[in-house]
Amino acid sequence: MSTVTSTETKDLAPVSAESLAALLIGGERPPRPSALSASLTFGWRAMLKIKHVPEQLFDVTAFPIMMVLMYTYLFGGALAGSPKEYIQFLLPGILVMSVVMITMYTGVSVNTDIEKGVFDRFRTLPIWRPSVMVGYLLGDALRYTIASVVMLTVGMILGYRADGGVAGVLAGIVLLVVFSFAFSWIWTMFGLLLRTEKSVMGVSMMVIFPLTFLSNVFVDPHTMPGWLQAFVNNSPITHVSSAVRGLMAGDWPAAEVAWSLGWAGLFILVFGPITMRLYNRK
Amino acid sequence: MSQHTTGLAIETAGLVKTFGDTRAVDGVDLAVPTGTVYGLLGPNGAGKTTTVKMLATLLRPDDGEAHVFGHDVVREADEVRARVSLTGQYASVDEDLTGAENLILLGRLLGQAKKAARERSAQLLEAFGLTDAAGKQVKHYSGGMRRRIDIAASILNTPDLLFLDEPTTGLDPRSRNQVWDIVRAVVAQGTTVLLTTQYLDEADQLASRIAVIDRGKVIAEGTKGELKASVGAGSVHLRLRDAGQRPEAAEVLRRALDAQVQLEPDPVALTARVGAAASDTAAEQAARALGELARTGITVDNFSLGQPSLDEVFLALTGHDTQDSAKQDTAEQGNRKSEAVA
Repeated sequence: MSTVTSTETKDLAPVSAESLAALLIGGERPPRPSALSASLTFGWRAMLKIKHVPEQLFDVTAFPIMMVLMYTYLFGGALAGSPKEYIQFLLPGILVMSVVMITMYTGVSVNTDIEKGVFDRFRTLPIWRPSVMVGYLLGDALRYTIASVVMLTVGMILGYRADGGVAGVLAGIVLLVVFSFAFSWIWTMFGLLLRTEKSVMGVSMMVIFPLTFLSNVFVDPHTMPGWLQAFVNNSPITHVSSAVRGLMAGDWPAAEVAWSLGWAGLFILVFGPITMRLYNRK
Repeated sequence: MSQHTTGLAIETAGLVKTFGDTRAVDGVDLAVPTGTVYGLLGPNGAGKTTTVKMLATLLRPDDGEAHVFGHDVVREADEVRARVSLTGQYASVDEDLTGAENLILLGRLLGQAKKAARERSAQLLEAFGLTDAAGKQVKHYSGGMRRRIDIAASILNTPDLLFLDEPTTGLDPRSRNQVWDIVRAVVAQGTTVLLTTQYLDEADQLASRIAVIDRGKVIAEGTKGELKASVGAGSVHLRLRDAGQRPEAAEVLRRALDAQVQLEPDPVALTARVGAAASDTAAEQAARALGELARTGITVDNFSLGQPSLDEVFLALTGHDTQDSAKQDTAEQGNRKSEAVA
């Protein structure tokens, strides 16, 4: 075995054949990681990406701030008499709306990331297959949490007071993050299904705008026409927004929480397997 | 490590993959012995990468069978995955992460504990001369460094079988030599390597057996010696002073060497293949040819004796000659059958 020649580049040290050989002899192979451990490792990858490309936090900081300010002052006076009174009603709803809107970036990043060579490597590892996607969404859950905290802070500055206290607010955020985690499987599906980033974006908008606006986020649905009420009252966004609103106000909206979790379960059950089917075929 | 009864790391039979109307891989049979470097040689689009992807469980074959260490790549994909690793044509590491993070990430995914993964990462970076770049994002690495981190990631777990898909494409000669050294070190420790390449040179340097693949089919297979015998031991490249003398020069070479002569696009250049079947060496034959040319009064400006290029291998194996089927039989005999192609 010849070692590397002594003509080494200045910037690149030579490969050491001896130490390489010693490394390759390596002992026992560790057992394959558990599903949880693999998912958490991929979650760690998502964190590292945030660390190296912090600009991607823009959509969970600037965007939510803009949403709170815009809608509070746009609708506040007309709908509730004053922005200060409106925000008491609006904040939990706009929180739900913004975070659910942010979930659509998941589809875009899955779509661009999946084309990269590293996915070939991930796919040749003997690990629980969905862990790649779960890891993604775990990283996104952190983003959703950041967005929630940012919005709450802005809301408090504008005069929002949560009667539910710290516990109520925490419960609301946890519910929202869990729901968003589940909801994101729609986007992982689209991210894998559609060919380009642009089409992912386009489809996401088509889904997300009607779904979030046709809800009880901005106004009480009582003034809406009957057919629209039928839709709005059964929309998952309405359930989550009512649940979060209730939790933060210090109530225990058991039915709404149950509905929200039910929808979350449904999203995972339906879109999780479809996502994995697409992932395995890519 | 893995003792398989047949001693084969890879065994495929009639492997087929179609994309739309294209049969990217069209009935490939391979038998790769353990502990060796096996070269898959072919031009772009020949089906090399598709074959590797099927063997690495990334693509599902449309037809045929493939076994890696006796495990079916479709039905026992996880068994296969536990034994192989892949260095793809494009960097198979996460470019946003640093070199160290990449190795730790993969170590963890292979089941290593945090501390073990960190140590292994540091040792590998050291062995690959990347310690200084450990904390840099891979996207800032040079081509040679990327290849190194890529291969380091592939041998984290000392795989039984390593797929290297065109590992030196786009590298400068020095980096290429370093990659070759790494491959030799890896094989010396008992890992089987399936190497795809467009360069005969590379296959020659590393592989003990080579399959030449074209349009999804294996068109020749054998040891290096057998394969070379089928295309001639080398090529004489000539540049003449006067383009007008080229036909005459071609005729002289044909007589002197009993070889195929090819006229190059460059009007003063021509290439002759020197056969290995003759009793004298390629260099002696070339010297004789030069002497003949000088006697005929043809001025040679420039002369070189080299290995047959992939083009020439292809010409010899697929050539526009009629006897396509006869081609494969020539593997043992050197090529005398064919007349000038030009």
